[in-house]
Amino acid sequence: MFGTISPTLLVAALMVAATPILLAALGELVVEKAGVLNLGVEGMMIIGAICGFAVAVETGSPVAGFAGGALGGAALSLVFGVLTQFLLSNQVATGLALTLFGLGLSSLLGQGYVGIKPPATGRLDFGPLSDLPFAGRVVFGHDWVVYLSLALTVGIWWFLRRSRAGLTLRAVGESHDAAHALGLRVRATRLAAIAFGGACAGLGGAYLSLVRVPQWTEGMTSGVGWIALAIVVFASWRPGGVLLGAYLFGGVTVLQLNLQAAGVAIPVEYLSMSPYLITIAVLVVISARGTRRSLGAPADLGKQFHATR
Amino acid sequence: MIRLEKRKEPSTLWSYATPFLAVALTVLAGGLMFAALGTDPVAAIRTIFYDPLFDPQYAAYSRPQLLVKAAPLILIATGLALGFRAGVWNIGAEGQYIIGALTGAGVGLALYPAETRLIFPLMVVAGALGGWAWAMIPAILKTRFNTNEILVSLLLVYVAENLLASMAVGRLRNPEGGGFPGSRNLSQWDAAANPELVAGTGLHWGVIAAIAAVIYAYILLNRHLMGFNIRLTGQAPRAARFAGVSPNRIVVFCLGLSGALAGLAGLFEVTGPAGQISIDFNVGYGFTAIIVAFLGRLHPLGIVLAGLLMALTYIGGELASFMLNIPAAAIQAFQGMLLFFLLAVDMLTNFRIRLGREAPA
Amino acid sequence: MQRRTFMGAVATAAILATGAIAQDDPVKVGFVYVGPVGDGGWTYEHDQARQAVEAEYGDRVETVFQESVPEGADAERVMTQMALSGADLIFTTSFGYMDPTMNVAQKFPDVKFEHATGYKTAENVSNYSARFYEGRAVQGFIAGSMTETDKIGYIASFPIPEVIRGINAAYLAASKVNPDVEFNVVWAYTWFDPAKEADAAQALIEQGADVILQHTDSTAPQAAAEAAGDVITFGQASDMAEYAPMPRVSSIIDNWAPYYIDRVGAVIDGTWESQSVWQGIGEGMVGIGEITDAVPEDIREEATRIKEAIGSGEMHPFTGPINRQDGSVWLEEGETADDETLLGMDFYVEGLSGEIPN
Repeated sequence: MFGTISPTLLVAALMVAATPILLAALGELVVEKAGVLNLGVEGMMIIGAICGFAVAVETGSPVAGFAGGALGGAALSLVFGVLTQFLLSNQVATGLALTLFGLGLSSLLGQGYVGIKPPATGRLDFGPLSDLPFAGRVVFGHDWVVYLSLALTVGIWWFLRRSRAGLTLRAVGESHDAAHALGLRVRATRLAAIAFGGACAGLGGAYLSLVRVPQWTEGMTSGVGWIALAIVVFASWRPGGVLLGAYLFGGVTVLQLNLQAAGVAIPVEYLSMSPYLITIAVLVVISARGTRRSLGAPADLGKQFHATR
Repeated sequence: MIRLEKRKEPSTLWSYATPFLAVALTVLAGGLMFAALGTDPVAAIRTIFYDPLFDPQYAAYSRPQLLVKAAPLILIATGLALGFRAGVWNIGAEGQYIIGALTGAGVGLALYPAETRLIFPLMVVAGALGGWAWAMIPAILKTRFNTNEILVSLLLVYVAENLLASMAVGRLRNPEGGGFPGSRNLSQWDAAANPELVAGTGLHWGVIAAIAAVIYAYILLNRHLMGFNIRLTGQAPRAARFAGVSPNRIVVFCLGLSGALAGLAGLFEVTGPAGQISIDFNVGYGFTAIIVAFLGRLHPLGIVLAGLLMALTYIGGELASFMLNIPAAAIQAFQGMLLFFLLAVDMLTNFRIRLGREAPA
Repeated sequence: MQRRTFMGAVATAAILATGAIAQDDPVKVGFVYVGPVGDGGWTYEHDQARQAVEAEYGDRVETVFQESVPEGADAERVMTQMALSGADLIFTTSFGYMDPTMNVAQKFPDVKFEHATGYKTAENVSNYSARFYEGRAVQGFIAGSMTETDKIGYIASFPIPEVIRGINAAYLAASKVNPDVEFNVVWAYTWFDPAKEADAAQALIEQGADVILQHTDSTAPQAAAEAAGDVITFGQASDMAEYAPMPRVSSIIDNWAPYYIDRVGAVIDGTWESQSVWQGIGEGMVGIGEITDAVPEDIREEATRIKEAIGSGEMHPFTGPINRQDGSVWLEEGETADDETLLGMDFYVEGLSGEIPN
């Protein structure tokens, strides 16, 4: 039944489809590892989408655009950072408010950018490597942001597992009181993590507006940020899991459209629900088998920290 | 150097004063934004906060609409807040809201065009059951397989949206609608309608249900063992386990109750204000209710006030938007600001601001 | 005491303000939009038409609008508030506003309502809709003539008559000029989700489609086609000229301006009456965007001829013999489809493969 669908193109397409989710989810992973739950991913993504788009259009450089997207996302995330870390506001509510605010602000910022084409972000040129069967398209056939997102996955894994700063970050997330007692700077660490998460979400948003769609329209993220949040949980707070989850979700999304395009006789309603159902099913299988390892939620996730002395 | 000092007891004074302070700050910041957009800030603020309540031209209509808009928010938030207190994260009320509307409307439409008074109560039960059942999916997966309920409940929202679309163009489509999407109009069928009970008040069964839910939640939390167990589980899960509280029971209870209430909200909406199942029937009440729950500090009465305030900004925002030509996006940003300030100044209830270095002990 | 004085002052000011408006007496026209005015598609075009009304009548009209209004209870409230604010005419621009419009119209018999794409009318409610399928027929002809792989991809939104009609019209025109043509339909279950539309376009292109038709509103499929190279597309709802001359070779434009200007004029003159219209290329409600040089001269000429023939009423896109998908006869030789069947169309015509979801 998959007869006419080319696996090569499918894999290549799913990598592109998954990249915004992957970027945003990686950022959120770091934030949550630091013990902060920021539900405002959608808001930061869409701010990243418009900032990235605007900067790319104004400067004519997509690279500058991505930088602008990351900055925009980080700037918005700091609103969340200040509110939750200094003013000790509730993280869940502040995150949701951030999404509301981000959606509104992005539309205001984007009023002059409807119906414009951004400068193109091309595929990297790997010379003859790009002509290899399968690998040529899947491994050597993407734009630089796809590689960046993969590098970031490895980088974050290394950072969390192997680096001293990563250890600090995890300590802060597991027990801020203990970390504080050890002399670690809880608030500064968390603020840095929040800003990093914002930058990643912004990058993901910019990828949508500059590569994947590429265009600016209000509300264009249409829920990707929420999926990114779900993927972090799916991944049990592990970078490798985030990659797997993002590619699984992106893969099923692309596959269901391909199946439709190939005229496979499965009712469309079920196909369009499939990415969500399959993600749930896989998580159930993982968690059913799971030992404690699958419960990777940082112990102090979402809790307020106030140093008493 | 400014620093915060934890109060021994939350300040009662500040807990009443902070909402007003937040509104004042929002008025300032929002006014600046409106001015920057070239709108008269005074007019904008007045239109948002004052006109829906007191303007002679609109108030008679807008005031009851506050109830219509706030009722589903309060109903859903009340249920969610119980779960949040126990550390049970139901993020998917939007999905339970949709399913409640679908099952309730489905049961009603199956009996069309019978005219008996029993139909509406039957639909109410079906709606609550539908929302409950949809919430039982994350509950059972959580208790049986330890699957995270945030992810499951959230993703099930999208599944519910797909179901809704396919029902609106398929099973539940109005056979007399000439092939157009959308169900029969339930509010125009007496046996299934949820009408305004007292003309000009906005009061419908959903409002009554919301009030009942708030009272129930209040009693549950303050007078009932289950309420105590919920609070204990949230504050000290380990102690709760030692005290013999089954975490699974709490999960099932909280998810089930919040699902049922969300389902009810959906049912009352589809039979009343919305009138029919359509592709875009859901408008985000399930997500906004999460904000309402926290703004109300997870307290039933706080939720009522928070729900009414949110409803006011929606209705006033609409007025401001078309009367003063303010983009809908600016209203959204304004709401975001209001929430930020409400959340930020909340700190004053629990903390004191101190100037200078740490006081010598 | 002070408080009462203050409220009294506000009330007086409000009455004075209304009085001031009554003196100039411009006609107040309200617009209720389902999306943001910056969506670049459906709502954007309605708002363009609103601006055209302002340009046409200047001081004689005042327009107000409300964007991103969800269908259902919120729509009813927005309409009521507009009516309360003194609107004389309100355009409600989405199918889902139908019942709310009827409800509000009943409460305000002196306010006129114009509801888009529905089927109900009342003393003070008109409905209007566009025969987009006429444009689809022109597209279908160009698509059928231009395809080399004989595969045409179609990104559909929801399985509703409007969309099904478009698929049928495009297919009939395409298969007439190219009997081997095949349609692959992908149902996106959304009107607007750029990322999903991009994926759908890509999936169709990978299946060999070299023409993409879309009934969703974003330009994402255009960009996907541009990236793929030799794939052509058509603008939807708005012209999408930024993708011309390739991949966008033409477009269907929702042009509401002539109708809105006409109806507002009728209210100004006091000649407004309830009606139910379904206008197409002839009346200018359905615009065909410029056919670019990427289309060979002869095809371009023929497409223009078809457009004109449809516009003049000389040609109907649904002219028999046409069978339904199951082979049963729908239209006999020379017979044209009646509007009622078209409005409720829930079947594919013969030759289309796949099933309509349900």
